[in-house]
Amino acid sequence: MRPKKINKIRMRETLVSYAFLAPALLFFLGFVLVPMGMGVVTSLFRYNMKGMTFVGLSNYIAMFQDPVWQKSLVNTLFLVVGSVPLTVFFSLFVAALTYEKHPVTRSFFRCVFFLPVVTGTVAVTVVWKWIYDPLNGILNWMLKSMNLIQRNIMWTGDKKYALWAILIILITTSVGQPIILYIASLGNVPKDYVEAAQVDGANDLQVFWRIKWPSLLPTTLYIVVITTINSFQCFSLIQLLTSGGPNYRTTTIMYYLYETAFKRFEYGFANAMGVVLALIIGAISFVQFKALGGDVEY
Amino acid sequence: MKKKTRLLDQLSMLLLLFLSIIFIFPFYWILTGAFKSQKVTVTLPPEWWPMSPTLENFHKLFQNPALQWLFNSVFISGMTLIIVCVTASMAGYVLAKKRFYGDKLLFSIFVFAMALPKQVILVPLMKLVSFMGIHDTSWAIILPLCGWPFGIFLMKQFSENVPTELLEAAKIDGSGEILTFTNIVMPIVKPGLGALAIFTFINTWNDYFMQLVMLNSRTKLTISLGVATLQQEFSTNYGVIMAGAALAAVPIVAVFLLFQNYFTQGITMGAVKG
Repeated sequence: MRPKKINKIRMRETLVSYAFLAPALLFFLGFVLVPMGMGVVTSLFRYNMKGMTFVGLSNYIAMFQDPVWQKSLVNTLFLVVGSVPLTVFFSLFVAALTYEKHPVTRSFFRCVFFLPVVTGTVAVTVVWKWIYDPLNGILNWMLKSMNLIQRNIMWTGDKKYALWAILIILITTSVGQPIILYIASLGNVPKDYVEAAQVDGANDLQVFWRIKWPSLLPTTLYIVVITTINSFQCFSLIQLLTSGGPNYRTTTIMYYLYETAFKRFEYGFANAMGVVLALIIGAISFVQFKALGGDVEY
Repeated sequence: MKKKTRLLDQLSMLLLLFLSIIFIFPFYWILTGAFKSQKVTVTLPPEWWPMSPTLENFHKLFQNPALQWLFNSVFISGMTLIIVCVTASMAGYVLAKKRFYGDKLLFSIFVFAMALPKQVILVPLMKLVSFMGIHDTSWAIILPLCGWPFGIFLMKQFSENVPTELLEAAKIDGSGEILTFTNIVMPIVKPGLGALAIFTFINTWNDYFMQLVMLNSRTKLTISLGVATLQQEFSTNYGVIMAGAALAAVPIVAVFLLFQNYFTQGITMGAVKG
């Protein structure tokens, strides 16, 4: 008798639950899952303005052999490898200096470092474009006044500097969220542990490495993953500042995907790039969930 | 030894202040640049404060449908916010508080999809939206953004705080499912809803890529996209572009500063845990 009754209750709960879930599921199915499926399927087609023909995996093969794609992958990896450690270090530094301060001071700094994110990539890039401007820009002017350079440098037009110029902006728009997260989790490091260590004669550095850093690890991992994902998707900066140039030196995978789809209208090829990018990012997220085990408390 | 750490502290504080200036600078420069004449914006050494403020940039800016762009941004972000808050709070509540067939699986799918960058499905999304006949309208941005499961995830976290005893008591009192949700769950998850609202609003406002792909007509643009377009047209007239950038940035920064506590809470709650 008993199990049957439980089943009935569970059935009823299921019906009610799906009624509550219905609107969200509708949007999720329609605008996430279906497009995802479409993307995977059409990546197997030669698909452009003229029509669709099934070509199997040849988009993928062409992609891996495409020198521009290879270049974009290298550039993207450069941005990821450059921004992740710098973002972690920078945000940890800011958070460690501010988390014990007066709440007003703390929220002041939180806002300051979040400001570039809120201001928006477009508005921020307008200013950076002027900073980097070879003739009227402030960067060349400052370096020249300090006698560090003799001639104007084309920061975004020179192969040597362009990607570095992008990296710097990318970092200023990436540290906002990590700082908030670090401030929150530094505040949650148990005080007893820190005090006990200090009583035992540990200095600040030891307290940091032995007590605080281990309890920050889950947060750090999370930050590493979101920064990686964000850097992989770097697009707006490129589109607004360099259009991928000079000579594809700043073309990222995301920018190349955009150009392929919306300038050359090779949808199938673009979708193949999207699938590969999703797989790379999916693999990174999977590693994160494995490593975290899903029990972080803030 | 003590003295040395004190000095180190002060040096770090100095470095922190220096970094703060760099981070505030773009916003400051947009605000002041908007009121400088075209000639002044490119003089070197730069004029750190507009000595002879002018409105000429705004006159030029408003020869474009800039107010329409601003309205479009507000409409798109506001609509997305409303739909996301309603659908996510309902979904988050049952995922946190009810045991039903498929609950674990569904939640895993949401988490998995959340890790995926939406840019990679942008091409199919664009096709889908054209097929629905809403390409180049505000809905082309609103509807796809409502599918993103971050809100569901966040509201599930907040709904865990609803005491199960309270829900059971309501049931014994004969309260229906909808009444329980509106009268008992909603008041408890209100801070979460605030966090989600502000988070969604800011993210939608600044989602440049989506706007770029979905909108074409000049009157349909958002303010960010409008400024980006102006930047292509007036590439050297920094004054007009700064005025546009100010129009894009000031409202959203104001919203952020007003609700920053909610925002911070949203970011920390949405982080991991689950």
